[in-house]
Amino acid sequence: MEELIEKLKKEIIQVLNLEEVKPEDIDSDMALFGDGLGLDSIDVLELIVLLQKEYGIKIKDPKEGRRIFTSVRTMAEYILENQNK
Amino acid sequence: MANRVFVTGIGIICAIGNNAGETLASLQTNRSGIQPLTILDTIYRGELPAGEIKLTNEQLAEMAGITDLEMHTRTALLGMIAAGEALKDAGIDPKDSHFRTGISSASTVGGMDRTEINYRNYHQGAPYSNFILTHGCNDHTEKIAVSYGFRDMVTTMSTACSSSANSIMFGTRLIRHGIIDRVLAGGTDALSKFTLNGFNTLMILDKKPCRPFDKNRMGLNLGEGAAFLVLESEKALRDRTPLCELSGFANANDAYHQTASSPDGSGPFLSMSRALESCGLKPCDIDYVNAHGTGTDNNDFTEGIAIERVFGKKIPYVSSTKPFTGHTLGAAGAVEAVISVLSITNSILFPNLNFREKIDELSFEPLKEMVTGIRLKHVLSNSFGFGGNDSTLILSSC
Amino acid sequence: MLITQYCLIKPPEIRLNGSVIFDHPTSEPPEFLKSAYRNLKINYPKFFKMDALCKLAFLSAEVLLKNQEITHRYDAQEIGIILQNSSSSLETDEKHQESINDRQNYFPSPSVFVYTLPNVMVGEIAIKHRIKGENAVLICKMPDARQLYEYVYDHFLQNRFKCCITGRVESYHNKTSVSLMLVEKEETATSLVKPKKMCIFDLSNFERIFNKAI
Repeated sequence: MEELIEKLKKEIIQVLNLEEVKPEDIDSDMALFGDGLGLDSIDVLELIVLLQKEYGIKIKDPKEGRRIFTSVRTMAEYILENQNK
Repeated sequence: MANRVFVTGIGIICAIGNNAGETLASLQTNRSGIQPLTILDTIYRGELPAGEIKLTNEQLAEMAGITDLEMHTRTALLGMIAAGEALKDAGIDPKDSHFRTGISSASTVGGMDRTEINYRNYHQGAPYSNFILTHGCNDHTEKIAVSYGFRDMVTTMSTACSSSANSIMFGTRLIRHGIIDRVLAGGTDALSKFTLNGFNTLMILDKKPCRPFDKNRMGLNLGEGAAFLVLESEKALRDRTPLCELSGFANANDAYHQTASSPDGSGPFLSMSRALESCGLKPCDIDYVNAHGTGTDNNDFTEGIAIERVFGKKIPYVSSTKPFTGHTLGAAGAVEAVISVLSITNSILFPNLNFREKIDELSFEPLKEMVTGIRLKHVLSNSFGFGGNDSTLILSSC
Repeated sequence: MLITQYCLIKPPEIRLNGSVIFDHPTSEPPEFLKSAYRNLKINYPKFFKMDALCKLAFLSAEVLLKNQEITHRYDAQEIGIILQNSSSSLETDEKHQESINDRQNYFPSPSVFVYTLPNVMVGEIAIKHRIKGENAVLICKMPDARQLYEYVYDHFLQNRFKCCITGRVESYHNKTSVSLMLVEKEETATSLVKPKKMCIFDLSNFERIFNKAI
């Protein structure tokens, strides 16, 4: 799980162009949206593409995205539950 | 004193008709053009419906009287057909040197419908091909200009979904300030894989026909089309009877997000309010709003809030005609301006198809059924584009 | 009306009112843009999500508007943004096209698609500075100062706005150039940092500045 979380942090930084952020700056339980990392609606969509491209998981409803991407940890948990389904 | 600007001709080709007459007939009989894709060669056939014009490029070329298909994109062909109809409807010849005549058009897709097909070959070393020259949004305007003999002003706007509302605005200004006497103003956009894939990745496409202003709306359907208004000064009009008047307009920026609109409808509120101010009208003077109404979660809510802010408790009839035509992107402003002209000249209001349940936060519902025999004095048409570019046109009966 | 400020960008230089304020060893757009952002101490993380065209437009507006406090001196809807270029958003269009080329393996990126429209660069400036006035992007095959001048001049005459950010922002691979001007109605044009070269907004001055970066 922790390995996946670290991998996700690097991937998030890369796909969302978070140029000034380092993996160690992202707390695993920190809110990704709103006051945390301050991501927006387009970022949700990019993370949905990331999940499909890297982990083969297809999310149909963008509204689900907000829930899944609450934090890096919830993302990791979702991936582990749904990968290869 | 600014010159008044009159609409003397309309031309349109879209999913519900190859000309104004056919389009009107479809609107009157609730015949929607949102259908499975059959012409565009895309992996989304069978998955995403659209307002596709059921004519191949070859058929469009024949309609437009074009023989060198290689130099004409689908966007350009649609534009030429609609332009021809509008000019004929107005009964004017751009080559007539008594009047300064220009064209102000718009597009967002431009020649992408052709480029995306040829792009891969180009990268694999195919020799330089003429298609490259047709790529720009300006290409269709120049083709129309050359074909019909426009000399005095030739220009193209590209501001996403408000493009042709802005090109109509620009044409109106040119006449108001006496720079030009007559303008063919409007726009064109063809369906393309580029836009279909792009909008799909934003997850705002509905897999079924769209439902603007409905509580359970799921997104928009793309469409394609071209539409033009012939705008003329009073002097150029002479003693002909115009269809209606282009009496007001405004543009504002929402300043909120690249693609989403602000929760308080700031940009739409400004464009509608300022359009009313521009012609000295009050909100209660508006009989009908042809909404941008794409069917997305965000737009319809925001536009609804803005309509409530502008009109207060006295909200006029509101409908989105995108369930008929699809969202024709850069052509939408012009397509819906032409539909608004048809409303005024035929005293008909067209319904907002597929509506079932109103949005909880809004106080109003859109028009569910066609209304006939209604005298329309002033109609307001909205077009809101990505980049927060929000435009409103006001058309008035004469 | 007066041209109260102007910003010229032609890598490796950024000039404000004629003086060089940034000079980078390399003209390569990606490095140039990021380096300028850092050097000018702009704190706006969303910068990095933008495509090259928007980064360029954004940067030039940051330079142009620094210390001008236009949103204190004008209402948001009194400030317009009218830009012109020739290549539209072509560089990003290509990037989007690449991502959908392979029918078997395609992953279009929403954040790339968002930038496949030239007027999003206006949106980015408007979002940052809370500007809500009339806005447009004109696409011309060749740079056309007169067309832009007349368009903007007319808007002032008709009181569509009292202040306008206008000029040319071009970004296509290595073709990067900006001539951006702040035009204001004379009665409200008080420059807080007195520029050396404030001048009348007439066609001759406008063309002169417009053509400097081409």
